[in-house]
This record gives sequence, structure tokens and C-alpha cells, in this order.
Amino acid sequence: MADPSTDAIPNVAGPDPAQDAAIREICARHGDDPHRMMDILHDVQARFRWISPASMESVAAATGLTRVAVEGVASFYAFFALSPKGRVTIRVCDDIIDRFAGMPAVRAAFEAALGIGLGSTTECGAVSLEETPCIGLCDQAPAAMVGDVVLTRLTPERAKEVARALLAGARPEELVCDGFDGLAPHAKATRQVANNIRLAGNVLLAPVPDEAGLRRTMAIDPAAILDTVEASGLRGCGGAGFSTGRKWRFAAATQAPRRVVICNADEGEPGTFKDRVLLTERPHLLIEGMTVAARAVGASEGILYLRGEYAYLRPLIDEVLEDRRARGLLGRSILGAEGFDFDIRLQMGAGAYICGEEGALISSCEGLPGEPKTRPPFPVTQGYLGLPTVVNNVETFCHVARILDRGADWFRAMGTGGSHGTKLFSVSGDCARPGIYELPYGHSVAELLEMSGGEDAAAVLVGGPSGTMIGRDAFDRHLTFDDLATGGAVIVFDGSRNILEIVEYYMSFFVHESCGYCTPCRVGNVFLQKAVAKFRQGLANQADIDYLRDLSATIIETSRCGLGTTSPNPILSTLENFPLVYSAMIKPNPDRLRATFDIQSAIDGARKIAHRRSYIHDRDFSE
Amino acid sequence: MSGFTFTIDGIDVTAEEGQTIMEAADAAGIYIPRLCDHEGLRHQGSCRVCTVKAGGRSVAACTQPAAPGLTVENETDHITKLRRDLVEMLFHEGNHLCPICEASGNCELQAMAYRLDMTAPTRFPYLEPTRPLDASHPDIALDTNRCITCGRCIRASQDVDGKGVFGYVGRGIHRRLAVNGADLADTDAARDDFAMSAEVCPVGCIIRKGEGFSRPIGERDYDHGVIGQEIEGKRRD
Amino acid sequence: MTEPRKARVATASLAGCFGCHMAILDMDERLVALMEKVEIDRSPLTDIKTFTRRCDIGIIEGGCCNEENVHVLQEFRKNCDVLVALGQCAIMGGLPVMRNAIMHSEQPLLECLEEAYITGRYTRNPLQHIPNDPALPLLLDKVYPLNDVVEIDVNIPGCAPSGDVIHDTLVKLLEGRFEGFEPRDIRFD
Repeated sequence: MADPSTDAIPNVAGPDPAQDAAIREICARHGDDPHRMMDILHDVQARFRWISPASMESVAAATGLTRVAVEGVASFYAFFALSPKGRVTIRVCDDIIDRFAGMPAVRAAFEAALGIGLGSTTECGAVSLEETPCIGLCDQAPAAMVGDVVLTRLTPERAKEVARALLAGARPEELVCDGFDGLAPHAKATRQVANNIRLAGNVLLAPVPDEAGLRRTMAIDPAAILDTVEASGLRGCGGAGFSTGRKWRFAAATQAPRRVVICNADEGEPGTFKDRVLLTERPHLLIEGMTVAARAVGASEGILYLRGEYAYLRPLIDEVLEDRRARGLLGRSILGAEGFDFDIRLQMGAGAYICGEEGALISSCEGLPGEPKTRPPFPVTQGYLGLPTVVNNVETFCHVARILDRGADWFRAMGTGGSHGTKLFSVSGDCARPGIYELPYGHSVAELLEMSGGEDAAAVLVGGPSGTMIGRDAFDRHLTFDDLATGGAVIVFDGSRNILEIVEYYMSFFVHESCGYCTPCRVGNVFLQKAVAKFRQGLANQADIDYLRDLSATIIETSRCGLGTTSPNPILSTLENFPLVYSAMIKPNPDRLRATFDIQSAIDGARKIAHRRSYIHDRDFSE
Repeated sequence: MSGFTFTIDGIDVTAEEGQTIMEAADAAGIYIPRLCDHEGLRHQGSCRVCTVKAGGRSVAACTQPAAPGLTVENETDHITKLRRDLVEMLFHEGNHLCPICEASGNCELQAMAYRLDMTAPTRFPYLEPTRPLDASHPDIALDTNRCITCGRCIRASQDVDGKGVFGYVGRGIHRRLAVNGADLADTDAARDDFAMSAEVCPVGCIIRKGEGFSRPIGERDYDHGVIGQEIEGKRRD
Repeated sequence: MTEPRKARVATASLAGCFGCHMAILDMDERLVALMEKVEIDRSPLTDIKTFTRRCDIGIIEGGCCNEENVHVLQEFRKNCDVLVALGQCAIMGGLPVMRNAIMHSEQPLLECLEEAYITGRYTRNPLQHIPNDPALPLLLDKVYPLNDVVEIDVNIPGCAPSGDVIHDTLVKLLEGRFEGFEPRDIRFD
């Protein structure tokens, strides 16, 4: 049978009736529903390898939108292409952890073996090479997405092999291992990605009974479920830490024809990969937790928003959902309870960090660009399609299922005041044992460093670039919401690393990922990135340090969502904790000439056009 | 009635249930600077120039509901400085060449810069994007070098004209205004669309051909008086 | 008792049209009173071509489009206590800065020169030659506002600023009481 992804010749010309018909069919499969734009564009991308203007016209016609509205969605997400791509796209991860682990040599090997540079496609149309930010494989860097699979612990030799195989027509699946296609979804996932569970804690990674939480839930009222979750002290595990019970209460209290439960599996904060492991090893527990939530708040509809970078986990999730439907754990009358109907659809993301923000995530589920929503109203009162919506992190739902099984007091007793229960920490970077550590809240950073073999650490980034970079003098601080909060990311840097290089990378990350809606984040972050570059080039002065603080303050105070309110953190926390790396780079300029203006490079173009040297600025004019 | 009062810079303002801080302020003759908000169009909250401090938190006045007893700060040095930074960002983001622009003197961005005293040197770099001019349409030219992504034309075209001529494409610093076709002539844009009227585009991006520089210096909207004084004139002290 | 010395002012037009110098002269008869307090050193107005002494105030119109502009600007920074950027060209590049935004090719400077001297619609250049005398200063890769090349102390916006604003600002600077502009005095055109 023809493979649809290989038999289409990418359409570079205008409208084509056969292409239009194929796209109309794709739209029809999704009910011609504009809210399903993400799925429609994924399918168009897969079939034609890009979203052409003609494709946009077809999609617009089928869904009743304008072409520019379709273009707005297609142009927002990194994984939708607006120019023809190869049969397979390799996305190498450009995160600073991968860079330190050797990605530059791997990337160079890909470029050499493929004969193309980053951002290009081979002549024969077989392979495109791109780079992408953190793909959640920090513990086994350098890593890359290759089509729908992922390859980890890459070396230049492996890159050469992979490139050759793809050029010869191999499918990415064949690159993982022999017999890959015949494996069950879980085996496929673990053959690609190691779990690296270094410490299984009491709540999630220790063995868990099946459906114990859900069964307990069915035996009590929704009000009692809410009481239990609130009493447990559970706070959101994605980074923000809002009380889960309180969030659910708001949704439950809002009158509406339907309510929605959404799982945020967008896990985009660089350095975070704990949801990846939960999705692989505890997917039933996750769905169980979502079902408990649905029962508690009175929701009939669920969405699991899975980041595009975790497409390799899609078959596993699909299988879990199908399995639960077959067993009466999803769908109508769950566990035989008349009227308790709840089902979940899997919504794939397409490469946008901002979709980890709950409003942007909801926008994406509605088929829109991933722009955060205006608040108020908050999603719990008016969220997805205007309905009361609970958005929680993967880990949060998993904890919920355990709490309903073992009780609020059991959970609350773990951890410390204000930070109850356990947390999955994903540790990576310069440490001997990167991976997942499930610990009660309250441990110190020093303890975690010892467990993970990061004793040589000079700097630790707790919470990813949205969090705080601390130095040795602060390693005795505690991993709690009140002290050092994190959604899970703990990145270790040793003394050989260049702090300013790290900061510059993270600023370029925020620039890349800003949705662009509001002025301070869209523009201000670009200015911050350029300001840091000035320090790296040794062209900054003392006033530039004040400028960094001042501009950061403006961005934080006027931004519309959490991205802008935390994007200056890499700069602010390193100014606070590593001030010398900035002051070491500054030069006074008593002559008041701008260090950033370089006359030689400014006249170089003219010198070449005129074929002569400068009378003013070149000493040997006579030459 | 469902009315209540709150304060802006210590002045009592009455509001109705459902009004935003800006709507109540406008009615009371208190001007809160804004660019992306426009009467009759849905609130977007993107420019952030209307940032005020309400109950200790910085919010956009155009989208934040007024609340009984709320304490709002508007004309403070700190907030003025934030607004000036934002307006400066908009200037540096595009290519804003006032000396040659048809909108000069009638331009809300320019008038806002005058009001906010944007004259001192700044460390902000100029981004100098390369954005082509679209003069394809017989009656309307689009110079997106001047676009500040306020979205008023998008909302006007969708909600008032029922057309959808404009939209946003791209992400982050690459987010820009685009049209519903290969170029403007390829859309159903018309000269008499509300979206193309003088009141919608605050800057010199949407240009009605044949109209440029028809009002001499001295007779333009902001040649005498400061932007916002139409609202401030309503207040009885 | 000796008289306090007169303030020394220098002026220059870099990549400017001299409109701002004309605007200086627009202060009309107030110039006579000003000359009681001020001496003009290097300036097109006096035709003094180099600094004879250190100056208190340097007023510059026009941005930097070529290497000679940069050289003169750096001389002004070295020899003046306070540097004033006069007009939009000096402040943000004015009209000359248009070439930064409209050149879309890989070699913007060459594209600019070719359009000006060879391919331009209204150009008559039978020799098809881009002028290249050694005395011609080399063009910069792009046009720079003054503040991107040296630190500038005061900006007087306008294209050109009015004679009133220039006069009032200068008087306030001389008396040490310049604190900024009223909104009505600020113009970007």
C-alpha cells in the first residue's frame, strides 16, 4: 500500500484539484471543525511535508475560516513548515545542556554527511535538518528528533550513520533497533529513551495498585473528593504550585452545561523531563487521576495535551486510552456509574514552549495560535470554549490518584509545611547520575547534588531558565515552594562552564518562544538578549548593568503572562549570585566613545567595493 | 443599579458592573494612555501602554474589570516611565521615520511619545527589520514598517466590516500583520471599510492613497494639545 | 575684576541637510543677545574648520553615514563638555537612515550605490561609474544615529526643531538649568 508520506510530490505551485480534494478529506475527518486546526495541520504537514498557501486556502474553505487565520496558526508553531521539507526532518536539540554534551560536533557531522546546513533540505528531498530547543531528553544528551522517533546519546559517528541510512531511504523507525516496528508501544518508548529512574519515591515511582484511587473516588461524593484533595495540601507540579483542591473547587462551583479537564503534558521548561517518565511508566495512573478530577468537578470532557516533541509517546498514550475505554474506565458510565461519562482526546502540540502556559494551551486546544488568554476570567470559570476548565500537570493528576487511594493525611505527612508530598526532580547537566529522583519536598540542593553525583557543581539552575541560578553559597537552600521552587528541573553546571554563555542561550530561548502578543516580552526580551551579547563580547560598561536591571523590571511588570514575568530571571539571578561574571567583562570608557561601534567593520564593505583603504582610519593609505 | 466607586490617583470614579478600569476612567474624564484599545472594538490588552497599578498589581486597564474600592495608580512617575519604555520599544521595533511619514501629526504613537516625554538617549537597539511595502491595492497602501501590531485593523475588519482582511502571522519578534491573500489587492479590502478609516490605524501603516499631507502642519490632530485631552476635557474639577 | 569668559560653542552638520543650522538662525534677533554670552568656535557658521580651544557645548545635526562623519563626531566628543544631538537625523538617523531598512539584498551597500549611480530610474550616468575618488570618505555599512557612536548628552528633537526650542534649550544649558522639554516643544517632524 502506498505510503502517503512518500508518494506526494510537495506542491510548490498554486491550487491543484487533487491536492485540494485530499485536504478536504483531511478536514472532513476532523469534522471540518476549526477547533481541530492543530490536528488538521498536522495531517496536512504529514501528507504534503509543508503547509502551502494553496493548502491554507483549502483548509480555510473547508473550515469556514479566512486563509490568513489559517496562516496565523500554521506560522505560529515550529513544527508546521511554510516551505517544503524533506521526507524526514531531523531536529537536533540546541539546548545548552546538549551543547555542553557535544552537540556542535554531532550537528557538524549531520551537516557534512547530508551535505546541507542547518535549516536546509537535501537536494533529493530526503532529509531536512533543523534545530529545536529542549526536547526533554536532557539526561541523555545530545539528542535529536528524527521524524517521529528520538535518538539519544548521539555521537558524530552515529550522526554519520543515521544520515547515510536516511539518504538511502531508511525509515527513522529502522534506526532505533532491529525489529522496532514489531514492538509494543511501551517497549518502543523504552528502546528509544531510557527512564533513568535513580530514586523511586513512595508515591509515584514505587509500585502502585491499579485504579485504587478511582475505586475509592466512586464510593464517595464529589464534595468529599474535593475535601480530600484540598486537605492533602497538593499543589500543582508544573511549576506554579497553585493549590489543586482550590482550583478544582472554583471549577466545580461554576454553573455551566459542561466542564473540562485538561492534562498539561507540554513539559517544555528546559531541564524538565519528569513527565516524560510518568507518561512512559505511569500512564494509567495519570488517566486515573484525570478521571478522579472529572468526577470531582463534574466534567465530561478531557484533553491530554502532549507536546509535539513527545510524539514518540503517542502510540503508548493511544493504546492506554483505548485500553481504558475497552475496560469501562473511560467513556460512558465509568465503572458502571450511570451518568458518569468522561472521555479524553489526545491533542498533539507542534513545538511551542508557550503552550505550557494554561491559557496558551487552551488556545491551542481550540485550534488557535498558542497565545495566553486575557485573565480574568480564569480558566476555572471560563476556559476551553468558554467552559469551566481544570488544567493540571501530569504529575499533579498522578498524585491525585494516589491521594484518593491512601488518604490526604498520608500525603500531607510527607514533605514540609506548605510543600506536602513528594516531587519528581529531573536532574541533568554536569553530574554522574542524571535522571529522575522522587523525593519528599524539603531536601536541600546539596543533598540532591550528592545523590546525583554533582558534587563538583559551581552553579545549579533550579526551575529551569524561569527559575533561579544559585551558587555554592546557597546549596544548603531547600527544594520547597517557599525557598527554591521548581516544576522539576534541576540543572547542574560545573566550574568549567561559562555563566554568561548559559544566560545568553536562555535569553535566545525566550526570544524564540515568546508568543509575541505583548510589547514588553516580544521586544524587550530581544533587547535583553542583545544586552547580554554585549557583555559576552566585552563591550559593556557599568551603566549596562543598570540597564539590564531596569529593562528586566519593565518586562516583568508589564508582561501579560508568566513567560514575560520570568524571562529576565536568568539575568537577574546571575546578577545577584554571580555578579563577578558581569563586572569582569566591563570596561570603563572615559573617552565616551561607544565600545560597540567598530569603525573598521563599519567601513569594510565600502573598502571592498571601492578597492581602496581609508584615508582617515587606515595607517598605510599608500598601500 | 449595580454601580460602585473606586479611585484612580485618589480621585473617586463611579463604575458599573462589567466595566473595565479604562471604560470607567474614560467616562469620568480620566485619561489612561493606550494604543491597542479603541472604542467600539473588543479589548486586546497587547500593547500594555495602559498598564496601571490596581490593588498593588500591575494590570492592563483595558481588560481589567473595575471593582468596588479598588485603588488604582495611573499618572505616577513610575508608571509613566514604564509606558515610555513600551512606546520606545515600539519605535525601535519597526522603522518609524516621522519626517517622511504621512501620518505625522495625526499619529497616536508619535503623540504618545510626545506626551510621555520620549526624548532622552536610550540603550535600546534599533531592530531595523526589512518589511516590504504593499501598494498593490488601487486605493490603499500598507507600510508595515510602521505597524505596531495593535490589531485594531484586524478587529475592525472582522467584527465591524465582517471581512477578515487582516490577521497576525508568525511568532515572537517575527509576529506581524498579514493580509487575507497574496497581497492587499488579492483581498476584498475596500477604501470605505471601517478598517481602512483614519480612526482605526493609529500610525502610518494603512495609507489611503491620494490623501497624504493634505492637512498642513498646524492643522493636524496633535499639533496643538496633547493626546488624551479629549478625554481629560470631560472632567469637571 | 575680570569678566566671566564667554561660553564656547561649536557646531557641525554631519549627514544632515543643514536645515537644523537654518533653524538655529531662526532664532533671529535673539542671536544678537546670545552673542553677548557665547563665542562660536569650529562651525560652518564661522567657517572655523578645526577646534581652536576646548568648547563647552557642541551642537551636531545629522547622523553618521560615512567615516568622515565618525571622525568629526569623535573630535567633537573629545573637545566638548556637552554634546547636543540636534534634530531627528542626529537622534535617530532621520532621512539618511532609510537606507538601513530598504535594502533587502545580501549586499545592501552595493545595492544602495548601484541604485543611486547606475540603475536608479532617474539617474543619467553615461559612464556607468560609481564615484571613487580617494578624497571621498568611505560609506559606513549603515547609517548610525550619533548616540550609537559616542555618548550624547542632550537631544533636541524635530525636523527641524523650531528656532524657539533651540534658543530656549541653549540658554537653559548655558545657565545650567536644562531639565527637559514641555510636550508642546517636542516634535519628531
